[in-house]
Amino acid sequence: MRLIRGVGNWLDQRFQLGAPIRETMQHPIPRDTASWFYVFGSAAMTVFGLQLVTGILLALIYVPSAGDAWNSLQILNHQVSLGWFIRALHGWGSNFMLAIVLVHMVQVFLFGAYKFPRELTWILGIFLLLMTLGMAFTGQVLRFDQDAYWGLGIGASIASRVPIVGPAVVKLMLGGPIIAGATLSRFFALHVFVIPGSLMLFVGLHVLLVLKLGINEWPMPGRLVRRASYVQEYHALTRTQGVPFMPYGVWKDVVFSGVILLVIAACALYFGPFGPTGQPDPRVIQTAPRPDFFFLWLYALLSLLPPSLETPVLLIGPTIALIVLLLLPFFSGEGEKSWKRRPIAVLTILLIAVTLGTFTNMASHTPWSPIMDAWSGAPIPAKFVSGRTPLQVQGALVFKSKQCHNCHALGESGGKRGPALDAVAVRLTGDQLVRQVLQGGGNMPAYGKNLNPAETVALVAFLESLHPSGQAPARDASRTAGVQP
Amino acid sequence: MTDLSRRQMFMKIATLFNGVVGTLLAIPIVRFVLSPITRAGKSGYESWIALGSIDQFPSGETRLATYRNPVAQASDGETADIPCWVRHVDNSRFQVFAINCAHLGCPVRWFPQSGLFMCPCHGGAYYADGSRASGPPERGLFEYPFKILDGKLHIQAGELFTPGPSASIDSKRPPCA
Repeated sequence: MRLIRGVGNWLDQRFQLGAPIRETMQHPIPRDTASWFYVFGSAAMTVFGLQLVTGILLALIYVPSAGDAWNSLQILNHQVSLGWFIRALHGWGSNFMLAIVLVHMVQVFLFGAYKFPRELTWILGIFLLLMTLGMAFTGQVLRFDQDAYWGLGIGASIASRVPIVGPAVVKLMLGGPIIAGATLSRFFALHVFVIPGSLMLFVGLHVLLVLKLGINEWPMPGRLVRRASYVQEYHALTRTQGVPFMPYGVWKDVVFSGVILLVIAACALYFGPFGPTGQPDPRVIQTAPRPDFFFLWLYALLSLLPPSLETPVLLIGPTIALIVLLLLPFFSGEGEKSWKRRPIAVLTILLIAVTLGTFTNMASHTPWSPIMDAWSGAPIPAKFVSGRTPLQVQGALVFKSKQCHNCHALGESGGKRGPALDAVAVRLTGDQLVRQVLQGGGNMPAYGKNLNPAETVALVAFLESLHPSGQAPARDASRTAGVQP
Repeated sequence: MTDLSRRQMFMKIATLFNGVVGTLLAIPIVRFVLSPITRAGKSGYESWIALGSIDQFPSGETRLATYRNPVAQASDGETADIPCWVRHVDNSRFQVFAINCAHLGCPVRWFPQSGLFMCPCHGGAYYADGSRASGPPERGLFEYPFKILDGKLHIQAGELFTPGPSASIDSKRPPCA
């Protein structure tokens, strides 16, 4: 014991950090902030630490070469002992880090912590969010599989849409004319050196500001922030009802960080590592590339935007969002902090959460994509062919062989890209069906060149038979008028 | 001149000197970083590549072909093997389409039964001649320039096709049926 104290004193004589560290740990914080709501920032930092450690471990084996990266991931998964677990920790750590950063941001927003004098803390936080997203995207690329390869193509296609400099940005991003070795090398440099280095610097500044300006007090409805008086009021608060940061504030941080690490380890153990999926061989085109969880909403948005809106939304949308986030503390730097008196803030969060949640949910079953292999699998349910005329049955065959099933559901099976056709005859007359099939329209390709007249007649005869037994098919009023008795 | 102001002047000169050295070093650094762009301007990335004998592509059919990208490094592995769709219209009329969807670059697949190219990502579809059929793409499939030399099909290739800033301009007027 005496030896340890001796060494400690010897070091402190040289570093002289003991006193400032003790002062920092003992600095008074408002009593209410020693709360379970204030643990997310430190948890994000803890997970970042986990990412650093597991990332370094993975770098011991990983080969950042387009020809070998995929194989080195297989070695990690199957040959190096517990390599799969370290990969799983890193992958799940990434998801948790992003999730915790987002929760932290929502908490800071709803507690009004971005207001005077903590504007710069918020702005640094926005950059930390961007870097975390950057780590997630570049990390997904380093898992160099099919999804990574085609994901890079999607990134390049988005970048190419920037006016004037687009093509140059694509070459800079890919490190050459195509997605290849140079691309992986530069994403490795970004993921391992550039972004983590900046992250560490920004985390340091972010935490320094929290210590210098004091943790945001618990927002009380009616206690307004004013630039002229806030700092004095805050100091009065910490003087009268302050408690030392250590241990009042810290113990909950430590417990929560531990729980998060445990949950990450449990997920890693139970679910295992992410991928890699198929080899990054562009010749293997039987693939449906999908982004990782946190980019699924974007995947859905890109499918659902009208084509003419896509480039403006892709380029201007994020710019506006970023400007709004950066300027937020300046146009809303004073006034009410409590979420109980800020209904628009609460509604904004709910709206964003519901929107992102809906898009993410849609992306998990992609109703906009034709089901590429539905034609080979599901048969047409018997109730749609039994009791039909030979011509109608012939039409059902055409329906099958021309892959209408990929986009249109019959009964329970089939694609969701186009409308289900169970009762199409109620909506469209025979002539309208012919027109729709031959000329397309409303997002359906025209099949005029692909169907001969006999096939068209049979197909439309089949489609005209698709109506519930109790419901009459649609009829053309102008045609039938003369025939009526 | 006092001693202090003399040292302050030295400090200014030293800073200026470092600024000059830094600028001199920045020139090669910037040129290094921009080399993927400047290379395209100088020698270009594209060249003519043989896809194989035209007998491999029967008339009236659309088939997948692959080529090794003209600019490739050993470390590229399989990523430099690029596929493309070859459509032999008739006689010596060909169309060679990029594998990349004109929306966001995913690999389109040819479905001879329905006569459509379809994209697995966001649901783009194209007709047999590459023109846009439906979905989010703003234009038809990208086409390689081709020529036939000594019975072999050659294409001009070397760069990833991306929709580019002109994507929305190209498609203002949909092709008339």
